[in-house]
Amino acid sequence: MPQPLNYLKETASQTAGPYVHIGLIPAMAGFDIFEKNFSNVLVTSNTKGERITLEGRVLDGTGTPLRDVLLEIWQANAAGRYNHPADRSAGALEEEFRGWGRAGSDFDSGLVTFETIKPGAITDKAGRKCAPHVNVWIVARGINIGLNTRLYFSDEEAANAADPVLNLIEPPLRRKTLVATRSERSGKVVYSFTINLQGLEETVFFDV
Amino acid sequence: MNAQAPALRDPRLNRPEPFTPPLGDGGFFQRDRSVHPPAHAPGYKSSVLRSPRQALLSLESSISEITGPVFGHNDLGPLDNDLIRNYARDGDPVGERIIVHGRVLDETGRGVPNTLVEFWQANAGGRYRHRKDTYLAPVDPNFGGCGRALTDDTGYYYFRTVKPGPYPWRNYVNSWRPAHIHFSVFGSGFAQRLITQMYFEGDPLIPVCPILTTIPDKDALDRLVAPLDLNASTPFDSLAYRFDIVLRGQRSTYFENRTAGN
Repeated sequence: MPQPLNYLKETASQTAGPYVHIGLIPAMAGFDIFEKNFSNVLVTSNTKGERITLEGRVLDGTGTPLRDVLLEIWQANAAGRYNHPADRSAGALEEEFRGWGRAGSDFDSGLVTFETIKPGAITDKAGRKCAPHVNVWIVARGINIGLNTRLYFSDEEAANAADPVLNLIEPPLRRKTLVATRSERSGKVVYSFTINLQGLEETVFFDV
Repeated sequence: MNAQAPALRDPRLNRPEPFTPPLGDGGFFQRDRSVHPPAHAPGYKSSVLRSPRQALLSLESSISEITGPVFGHNDLGPLDNDLIRNYARDGDPVGERIIVHGRVLDETGRGVPNTLVEFWQANAGGRYRHRKDTYLAPVDPNFGGCGRALTDDTGYYYFRTVKPGPYPWRNYVNSWRPAHIHFSVFGSGFAQRLITQMYFEGDPLIPVCPILTTIPDKDALDRLVAPLDLNASTPFDSLAYRFDIVLRGQRSTYFENRTAGN
């Protein structure tokens, strides 16, 4: 017998359940407990970059919106720099922009929104340009392990066409499931997205 | 993949770069999905319509996955890890007083320092403080049911609470959840993000729970069960349970002079 490797095993995931808001967004559960709360607003008045709203729904296999889903997003700032010590790229760091937020869906409509900025493009390890994108993590009742996906932007056609991750998706038709559609609503820029958990236009999910 | 690969020669010295270990890219160990529940687990009925049917697309760790949000003590309040006091109105909550403590580790056994751990639970009667919970057991006026903590330099965390009760739910006609506490953990990169549930040693509802038994691996299931830890109990005050959480391992990085993760 060789020496044992002795790696530990990752703790098993379990569903976040229907009452995930109690721990992660107590105000949605119906009470106020913490002095400081996390939210779906990533920007302050000082944040650099184009203000955008991300707005969408998560649909189940019958096309019905999940009304108890929780999303988190993780993104770079407008200069393409993540606020994390492992990102040593050249873009300017903004201490005030954490780059992370969480949102629960509306209990009636299932709508999920984030107020953020459009992230800058990132360069990967091999020196390739990656199209601007927002990393998304989805948990809910009935989801046993969080689902990872990305949102890209409809007005970045050329960058999207060259993006190394989008190009890994074999059926080209499936790539569009990750592209949020830009529109303007009373002067605000809104990117709309639909995440289909299951079925014909199923969103691409990643094993990251 | 090796971040150093393109620079074969140091132009100042005109000699080869010194050898650096080939795995120094900061990427995460491939997730072993056999220790996790499958997305589609029909015994847990709501997973049927909420599970993808297509295969996941595997992505090598990039800067988007290696990085993740950083939290600090400024994000927390002084009572955030004390569920006995953080919602107290006119006294302490009713129930078994317990301390839950443990370490957040990665698969290499290293503690994960300064990471955010969040937790939420029902009260001693199995009732959640949530507008959608209609179970007839009453809400406890002195119990909110949530808290959070940052791990210390060694990955250690602790909090104080009351032991939650089991509660019924609509799956089978007579389905009851074992007593459990939900945990949310961040780790150092977004790819380590994990939500799980902690159960209590000896609970007879554990082997019949359709959510817990979605986990195919018996050992992985056992690792979600916190043992009673008498050594950490406070005499005449609280029992203690120990719950260690393991996040994915990470390969060393050579971004900095001091190699991260070592």
